[in-house]
Amino acid sequence: MSWLSPSDWQAVLLSLKVAGWATALSLPPGVFIAYALARWQFPGRAVVNGLVHLPLILPPVVTGYLLLIGFAPNGVIGAALAKLGITLAFTWRGAALAAAVMAFPLMVRAIRLAIEAVDPKLEQAASTLGASRLWVFGTITLPLIVPGILAGAITAFAKAMGEFGATITFVSNIPGQTQTLPLAIYSQLQVPGGEASAARLAAVSVTLALGALLVSEWLARRIAARIAGGRG
Amino acid sequence: MLEIALHHRHTGFTLDIDLKAPAGVTALFGPSGAGKTTVVNAVAGLLRPERGRIAVNGEVLLDTEAGIFLPPHKRRVGYVFQDARLFPHLSVKSNLLYGRRFSKSGSDQDVTRIVEMLGLGALLDRRPASLSGGEKSRVALGRAILSNPRMLLMDEPLAALDAARKSEILPYFERLRDEVKLPILYVSHAPAEVARLATTVALIEGGQLRGIGPAREILSDPSLAPALGMREAGAVISGRVVAQEADGLARIETAGGAVLLPYPSGQPGQPLRLRIHAGDVTLAVDRPEGLSALNILPVVIEQIRPAEGPSVYLRLALGDDHLLARLTTRSVAALGLTEGMACHAIIKAMSVASEDVG
Repeated sequence: MSWLSPSDWQAVLLSLKVAGWATALSLPPGVFIAYALARWQFPGRAVVNGLVHLPLILPPVVTGYLLLIGFAPNGVIGAALAKLGITLAFTWRGAALAAAVMAFPLMVRAIRLAIEAVDPKLEQAASTLGASRLWVFGTITLPLIVPGILAGAITAFAKAMGEFGATITFVSNIPGQTQTLPLAIYSQLQVPGGEASAARLAAVSVTLALGALLVSEWLARRIAARIAGGRG
Repeated sequence: MLEIALHHRHTGFTLDIDLKAPAGVTALFGPSGAGKTTVVNAVAGLLRPERGRIAVNGEVLLDTEAGIFLPPHKRRVGYVFQDARLFPHLSVKSNLLYGRRFSKSGSDQDVTRIVEMLGLGALLDRRPASLSGGEKSRVALGRAILSNPRMLLMDEPLAALDAARKSEILPYFERLRDEVKLPILYVSHAPAEVARLATTVALIEGGQLRGIGPAREILSDPSLAPALGMREAGAVISGRVVAQEADGLARIETAGGAVLLPYPSGQPGQPLRLRIHAGDVTLAVDRPEGLSALNILPVVIEQIRPAEGPSVYLRLALGDDHLLARLTTRSVAALGLTEGMACHAIIKAMSVASEDVG
């Protein structure tokens, strides 16, 4: 892809890094919260459900603003993290956090649907055979929801790649630091003569999104066939 | 020894049961909605009753008063569900071995023996989706046994199968009962299954225990017969094949003499249980002549109890076994039948279906 300028290339790589970390780090809590919402009745369930979905319905700039309040070096959580030497505001890590928060509802939704599709009777059967709750989850529930987890992860990755509003509000638009693909496209459109570069980056964006979608569809179909499959 | 005492209310339904059953197969028997599955789920720990105590061979699984509730995975009860519930993502072999990693004892010999006993050898590499209903039932049974349980629970394991599959599976269950020697709690509303498998029958109706005892006594009790429904009431007697006749009938020795029944697969010497529907028994005061029915047995009327509509149930002593007959009140009056009277029970050979013999 020599037709990308070094700074374009930098934005693409940064986006992949940010979206990759955002997806990987939000997977474990995503699976846990999806499981809790799908299977457990607990006080505050509606509140948890609401909080998870909040980024989906809030203006992204508001989400970014709330992250800034919480995670800025003088913010409540930011101050604590600063003591550990971790800075989020205006760094790529902050961009990953913003992307993760914005993508989280989509991930939880996909995984929750997959968990709800697993017949609890199978989990009961496993428990009567001697499997503790954790074993049941690891050997029955988890293998059966792999297609859902994959779908959730890919959707979250695509969403993280495209995140704009919360990112620019929380970590600003610093080339090489926090300037992800969408931010780079936006910046190119602000300068005279940047249209060609913007178009190239947009093409990369479309290609990555479509590619991710196709790969996930293919994988999910393969895994679903293996789970329900006839012989072997 | 199985002790179950339960009190549980659930959306307008109250289950209130207290029963003790000896070793062997205990059938929870009764109409649909009687609360049988609730009892089994409480024993498995899948349901937490309001009050109760459950113990198997002295080991307490549940005691609400003492605050004991063993979670399902610590109860070691093998549960065979009506819908098999095989794990779809695992092979038959992995399904069978699923419970073994959680139980300390059990050898590879057991696996070989159970796989052979249930005829599963050719299925081991298959996935549950490719199995027939009868094969799924057998795998579910094997999976429960191989988890090394202290007892087995079976909730209508045959209900989802057609008659042909049922008669294919029943012999496996009988072998299991005779070879594996685990206490078994068996839920059914099919008298034919209960008659063939059960050592003890607990009759449950409307959440209450109506009667419990040996199968032959409960099924021939005229005061319990109405709970079974008039199509299903009928006693069980034991017999032994004496000979196969040339015309395809089997000569079977019972406590009240020999009977002839269509049972072509019987081997001489083979012990049997025969279920005789109450509606298929005719009574005659004197031994009738010129009758097409082949089986005329001397009996003594033990009890006469009113049944639904213009009919009564009669319990008939046949040697040390019992028959149950259902007659109209009018016939009883016309013949002057009374308790203690000796008479003749007539059973058409062709009225006994093959699923009632075995």
